[in-house]
Parts: sequence; structure tokens; C-alpha cells
Amino acid sequence: MTQLDFYTILPLTVLTVWACVLLLADLFIPKDRKGITAFLSALGLAVTLGLTITQVGHENTGFNNMVVVDGFAAFINILLLASGLLGIALAYGYIKRMGLERGEYYILMLFSIVGMMLMAQASDLIIVFLALELLSIPLYVLAAFARPNLQSEEAGVKYFLLGAFSTGFVVYGIALIYGATGTTSLSGIFFAASNGTSSLLLTIGAALLLVGFGFKVAAVPFHMWTPDVYQGSPTAVTAFMSSGAKIAGFAALLRVFATAFPSIAVDITPILWVLAALTMIVGNISAISQTNIKRMLAYSSIAHAGYILMAFVPYGNKEVLPISIAAGLFYLVSYAVTNFGAWSVVIALEKAEGKGLEISDFAGLARKYPALAIAMTVFMLSFIGFPPTLGLVGKFYLFRAVIAGGYTGLAIIGGMTSLVSAYYYLRVVVNMYMHEGDPTIESEEWLNFTIATTAIVTVALSFVPQWLFVMASTAVLRLF
Amino acid sequence: MVPVDYYIILSAILFTIGAMGVLIRRNPLIIFMSIELMLNAGNLAFVAFSNMYKSFNGQIFVFFVIAVAAAEVAVGLALIVEIFKTKKNINIDEMNSLKG
Repeated sequence: MTQLDFYTILPLTVLTVWACVLLLADLFIPKDRKGITAFLSALGLAVTLGLTITQVGHENTGFNNMVVVDGFAAFINILLLASGLLGIALAYGYIKRMGLERGEYYILMLFSIVGMMLMAQASDLIIVFLALELLSIPLYVLAAFARPNLQSEEAGVKYFLLGAFSTGFVVYGIALIYGATGTTSLSGIFFAASNGTSSLLLTIGAALLLVGFGFKVAAVPFHMWTPDVYQGSPTAVTAFMSSGAKIAGFAALLRVFATAFPSIAVDITPILWVLAALTMIVGNISAISQTNIKRMLAYSSIAHAGYILMAFVPYGNKEVLPISIAAGLFYLVSYAVTNFGAWSVVIALEKAEGKGLEISDFAGLARKYPALAIAMTVFMLSFIGFPPTLGLVGKFYLFRAVIAGGYTGLAIIGGMTSLVSAYYYLRVVVNMYMHEGDPTIESEEWLNFTIATTAIVTVALSFVPQWLFVMASTAVLRLF
Repeated sequence: MVPVDYYIILSAILFTIGAMGVLIRRNPLIIFMSIELMLNAGNLAFVAFSNMYKSFNGQIFVFFVIAVAAAEVAVGLALIVEIFKTKKNINIDEMNSLKG
């Protein structure tokens, strides 16, 4: 092991050690002052963010090609760490108000973020598997964090059972890929596959892997758990896992398929096409009939998984791959920002025992709290892809990449389903502006800070998208 | 010497039994056992392939799977115990407080 090996995992090491130290330190922090743990966790994330930024522009591998640092990993890691900071900011007041304040909350979040970051850096299927579990196991606990609240416990059990089920597929998929190629390293698989080893076993293995990741990123038909888990979990957890787990899942999916499986793209691309189309259609159509805002946003997150999946469809095409990766990364940023904003508004309105979560509870918000209503409108418009928001620019790049790859039909399905989605997103806006009501909100400084930042970023970045897109374009994947 | 195909066919059968168990059974503990069966089917395939290629990668992977499965058991059983304390019942057909 050399210094370079440790340099590749330096941010991960710092964050892991910090989380372990906090686990001990938390014992000595009095029960009514758990805000200190939140502050210390945020500090750890900020330091890790600094270290990750110093890695931008470097490209090297460590530990016998097990982990890799490249522009892609750095971009995803920065996004994940920023999501972690936002996740702490919006949980800070919420878990206190809901009586869930325990220091482990933040520490579990840190462990989960380590798993997500490792997932973006993994260049061996062993590490992909480990990172997937490191990401998921803390999230199972977080989903059930509001115990003995029945809904939260149910969410935890359901998430756990389906998560473990998907792990089974991932392990068996990797076993078959290993059987076909004799190696688990992504570069090794690439070389073995291009030398023409038994491609049937490899394709089955890759398909099983796709099923496992499909569960993680909530793609149809592996999405059944999503509405229940997102509704039952504490809202702050939902906000974090709907962004973080999705970013990490897509990062790993993109890296594994683009680097290791270009040789079987002919077989995999049609499957991805169908998955993306189904996810967009089912997600958007099921969202229409929802009356609970958490459930509606859950279906909306399924639909957005479909849009992001569109970026994967042309993955075997070497010429289109750079712009489709850039478009996918751009859309992940736009989704994460908008998603955090929308969930924070939900948190602002939520009352104890799951009250205040119906869409009708938003009635009259515009008259009483105009700023909050404007922010929510911005997020809803961004989800639809309406100007002047980041969502529009993200969809534009995405559709452009898909059409460049020659999948115009998929782009048309994407456009049509976006139109359908306008119905249920705008219903929230109509409720806020045109219906009478008397909502009350919780005004917490860090929550307000999150809402304001995400709303400003959503609008401001849409005027200078080129800047972010150039960053995403330079975040190239290390191919062989 | 048993050919590697036999091991792979056996592991595929185990995996299918496990997956069917998850889909059919209604008790979370049994479902959990079925998931373990799926993981161990993967382990069997790994070891068989590892022997075929005379490389250790597969066997190392098995250790990781065993360790991770143990961690999953710890969390999973805790979750099931928690819900039993609240509901006095763990049948997943009756876990229906979330719907819409």
C-alpha cells in the first residue's frame, strides 16, 4: 500500500473516522443539546467537502484498481456532500420538533454518505457491493427512526425486506459476471468481454445487477416499496434518501455499465429503454390520484428516476456517451436541489402525528406566507420543467442527449409524461393560490435557510446553466 | 470431480427457491430466511467459479457477503422486533397502515 492508495480514499477515511469518533463523543453530549452533534457532523462533512475539492482534476486508482478518483467521482462526491449538508440543515429543527432528537441520526447519515461516496468511486464489483450495503443499512435504520410510530416502523421493515431482496439479485448477478469473465474488476470485465467470452452468462449477470440497482433507484417495475417507505419515514429522512440514494445508485449504474459492459450494449439498451419509458409513464400517472403530498412526491421521484434513466439508454455509443453523462449529471444536480427544496416546504407545514400532509393543507398558503408559496411554486415548476427553472434546462440537455443517441421515441414519451406531470404539480400551486385556507407553518432558521438557498439556486442557475454544464462535461468517466 | 455446471445449476435452483419464498411467504422471518438462501446461492456460485478459474477473487467475495449478511441480520431482526412490540403481529399482509 502506498501513499497514493490512501490519497484516493482520503475523504472517505476522514469521514468514517469522524463518524466513529462522534459516535463516542455523542455519549457525553447531554440529551437536550444534541444540536452539538448536528453541528459537529456538518463540520465533518464540510472538511470532507474541502478534501474532495482538492481531488478535482486528479485521476488515479488505488488498492489494486479497487477504487478510483476521477472527475466523475469528484463531481458526484461534491454533490453528495452538499446533499448531506442540506439534509442536516433541514433535519435540525424537524427532529427536535417531532421528538426524535437522538445523536445517532446525524451519525447514521454520515455513514450512509460514506457508502454513497464509495459507490461513486468503486471500480471493482466487490466495492460496489460493499458500498451499496454501507449506504443502505443506515438508511433502513433511519427509515424506522420515529419508533414506536407504527408507520415509520412499517416503512423501515418494508425498506429493509425489499432492500435485502435486491441485494440478493446484486450478489447473484456479480457471481454470474465473475463466472463469465473470471474477474470482478470493471476493467478486467471490459477486457474479458471484448475478447468474446460467453456473453449469455455475462448478459444474465448484468441484467440481474440491473434489477438490484433498479430497486435502489426506484425504477418501475421495482418501485413498489417507494411510496410506502417515503410516506412512512420521517420527512427529513425521506428528503435525504430520495436525493442521496438516487444519486449514488445512478452513479454506480453509470460507471459499471459504461466502463464494463459496452460490449453487451446491444442486449442491454432495449431493456434500459423499456425501463426508462415504463418508469416515466407509471410514475407520472400514479402520482395524479394522490392526495397525500409525501406520496405524491414519492411517485414524482419515481418519475424523475425515469428521466435520469433516459441518459443511460445510449450508453454503448462512444460518441454520444460524453454528452449523455454530462446531461445525466446535470439532471441529478437539478433534481437534488429541487427535491430538497420541495421536501423542506413539506417539513415546514408538517405537524405532529402526520397531520398537515394533505395537498389540501396547502390551501391559502399564498395569502398568509407569500414567500413560502413562491418557493414551493418554483420547485413545482422546476419539477415540471417550466422556465425559468433548473428543471427546464436539465430536461433540455437530457432530451438533446437522447435524441443525439437516436432514441427520438423515448424523448417523445418523456415530453408527453412531463405534460401529464404538470397536472398534479400545478394542483399544489392552485391549492396555495386559489383556495381559501388557514395553514400554520413552523419557522425554523435552518429550514428557512434551506428553502431560500434551494429556491435561489433553482432560479439563478437556470440563467447561467452553461457554467454547471461545463463542469458536468469535464467530469469525465475513466474509460478503458 | 463434479463438473462446475452442476454447482451452478444447484445454485440457480437455490436462488429461485429463495426468490419464490420472498414473493410467496407472509412472515418477515421466513422472507428473511429466503433472502439468506438467495445470498448463499450466490456464495455457492462464487466458490464454484473460483475453483474453476483457480483464482481467489470469488472466495474473497464470499467472505464479504457473509460479513454483510451478518450486519443485515442485526439491523433486520431489530426492525422486526420493534414492529412486533408495537403491533403484536408481524404478518406482512397486515402491514397496511400506509396506502393510497
